[in-house]
Amino acid sequence: MFARANKSIELINKFLNCVDQSLLLFKDGVKNYLYRDQGNFASNLRSLANSEMESDVLRREIENTLYTQSLMPQLRGDIMRLLEEMDNLIDQAKKNLFQFDVEMPNIPAELIPDMIKLTQISTSAAESVIPAAKSYFSEPANVSEKIHRVYFFEKETDLLADVIRRKIFREMPELKLSEKFHLRYFTLHIENISDIAEKVADLLTIMAIKRTV
Amino acid sequence: MEFVFFITSGLFLGWSLGANDAANIFGTAVGTRMVRFRTAALIGSVFVILGAMMQGSGTTRTLSQLGSIDTLGGAFTAALCSAIVVTVMTWKKLPVSTGQAIVGAIIGWSFFTSTPVDFSVLTKIVGSWVTGPILGAFFSALLYLLMRRIIRRTSIHVIKLDIYIRLALIITGAFGAYSLGANNIANVMGVFVNSISLTVHFGKFTFSTIQLLFFLGGISIALGIATYSKKVMETVGNGVLSLTPETAIVVVLSQALVLFLFSSTSLYNFLSHLGLPPIPLVPVSSTQVVVGALIGIGFVRGVQEIRFEMLGQIALGWLLTPVLSGFLTFLTLFFMQNVFDVAVSGHERINSGTDLTPKIQNIIHLPANTDRLLTIAAIGIFLLSALVLLLHYRRNRLKMAANEKKLAEQIQYTDYQKALSEIELNNIRMENTSMAEHLEEKRKELVTFALNIGEMKQFLEVLSDSIEAADQEQNLQRKHELLHAELVRIRQKMSFTHEVEHIYKQAEQIHSDFVSRLSLRFPDLTEHERRLMVLLRNGFSSKEISPILNISPKSVEINRYRLRKKLNLRKDENLTQFINAI
Repeated sequence: MFARANKSIELINKFLNCVDQSLLLFKDGVKNYLYRDQGNFASNLRSLANSEMESDVLRREIENTLYTQSLMPQLRGDIMRLLEEMDNLIDQAKKNLFQFDVEMPNIPAELIPDMIKLTQISTSAAESVIPAAKSYFSEPANVSEKIHRVYFFEKETDLLADVIRRKIFREMPELKLSEKFHLRYFTLHIENISDIAEKVADLLTIMAIKRTV
Repeated sequence: MEFVFFITSGLFLGWSLGANDAANIFGTAVGTRMVRFRTAALIGSVFVILGAMMQGSGTTRTLSQLGSIDTLGGAFTAALCSAIVVTVMTWKKLPVSTGQAIVGAIIGWSFFTSTPVDFSVLTKIVGSWVTGPILGAFFSALLYLLMRRIIRRTSIHVIKLDIYIRLALIITGAFGAYSLGANNIANVMGVFVNSISLTVHFGKFTFSTIQLLFFLGGISIALGIATYSKKVMETVGNGVLSLTPETAIVVVLSQALVLFLFSSTSLYNFLSHLGLPPIPLVPVSSTQVVVGALIGIGFVRGVQEIRFEMLGQIALGWLLTPVLSGFLTFLTLFFMQNVFDVAVSGHERINSGTDLTPKIQNIIHLPANTDRLLTIAAIGIFLLSALVLLLHYRRNRLKMAANEKKLAEQIQYTDYQKALSEIELNNIRMENTSMAEHLEEKRKELVTFALNIGEMKQFLEVLSDSIEAADQEQNLQRKHELLHAELVRIRQKMSFTHEVEHIYKQAEQIHSDFVSRLSLRFPDLTEHERRLMVLLRNGFSSKEISPILNISPKSVEINRYRLRKKLNLRKDENLTQFINAI
């Protein structure tokens, strides 16, 4: 019984590490795209795709273990939902990076620092979800204090994305309208990551309340 | 045969008890699928029988002291009426306790047969109805605090915790079933103990009346668990036990402890031996102890969590169950005796038309000393004070926790600001690095440019000296030769070999990844073709490329055509787009 439990714990930890790694790859990938480092960008893209595949496999394996070995009948539904939502983070990161590769948005040099900052804050929101999720499994009482970071970074992401969009539409007359639209979509794509992180945080809050003794 | 028929009402009561009260023990475990019903039923059945056989005598003795029903007809009627009251009240979803029903039935029988009721025993039993839930609340509050501390301190992973909880649910369930059997067997079989006398020989073993009755009673409870409790468990007890598995452990353990304390003869003897007031051996309602335990947990978690209507439900149960059961028993005994001609008492036949008032005065013997009552009152006041103190302590703790939370929030806010500043700092560092690289590039360009100026100046000085020398030359042939030599030197200089090399180097530096990909994809390209591709990738037109390569624009076009052939491009494909896509 304990051997099966240890295996499940190991799988969950691997999955969380996979999410963490994917977010790092995304952050690095956007930076490389913006600084036109094609070689490293392509390598980030490949690694992120692999990481996404690995996380899917891990998630299915965890689901299988929890259901076939009837572990945590009361909590497994919630836990699987949590892992699915976290998997959405990786999916979104991969989708975003592929969109950079396919659509090759023309990002003006004066927007590069803002875009990098937006990516960093948005991924910080997602990265803050990981310790909160880890805490849910062993110290549910501490989840709420870790989750505050997610909400804070999500709010900051929204503010910065708004600033960037205003800059694009009001202060850059040299850009074509189509380019402005294109850039707006890319701020939205990056912003999406922190929105998903917020969803995970909401779910974690409820789950932690359910588990608090 | 007569014995078998009369005992059926007791067995029915046992079945009903098993079906309903097993949910108090394994309800949450089975309802949440932490423990399979088959496992729960097996453990519950075995331990209920063990509890009944090993520790059921104490409570039975107390119950028979209350009213010693001495005929099978009387015992049958009392058990049947209790069972009917329990079944009807359960069906109507009213709070009910088998113990209270049987006590009501015994008092009903005592009234009917004019047998005296021992008031001190009645006080003991009624007192336990109050102290049972209070003790349950006390134990559960303590155990809950202890378990919460253990879980929070040890930080066990939820999956491992799940296993520990399963094991704890099984162990506490077994203890709960044992205590239920020990404490509640008196409700089921207590009324029959004085009405029959049997000895059964089974091989080398000989079973007395009590052993036989307890065994049959235990089996009837076990049958109730096995046949009907699944339904009750799956709807999670009586609606009272919709708990988390962690809380269920505390509730079941508290209930088991209370039931055990009220049925342990050894503890009774031990406390008597020490000169302390012993805990009375009386049957206690497991459901009411569970409600008490839930209220105890509510006190720990915060007063807002307590459902005070549950207290009202207990009080209603205390009144309604014994009154209904006693009244029904009284009426049924009348019919049993006068219609079916069944003996309901060992005394002479009772005339139903007699005035009961003087008999009632004889039945209830007031206690000789009131010391015991005072002790019970003192314990009650002590427990109440303890509860008030606990609430006060809890309120203070909540206040302190709120202050700490505010402080933690402030610290967190500072942390966030720090994290944001770090991000900004990183961005600035990154920008600085990029700008430093750019600056370095520009510096190199400047150095090259300065070197070029120097070189040019030197070249032009040499040229000027040579032309001057040629101008002064008298010999025309020689003059012509000198001028021709300078012309060749100028043409050589016009090829801009160094500058072109510099342009190539810079272009390759900008597209270093492109150059490496190009070598991998098209290893057969010549140096000249590779350079042409790099220039095209940089966005140079044929016109711009011709002076760099020192060839005519026409030749550039020819080179582009050859390159297309080598790259196997179709007519509709654009060479520049193809290069950009590599």
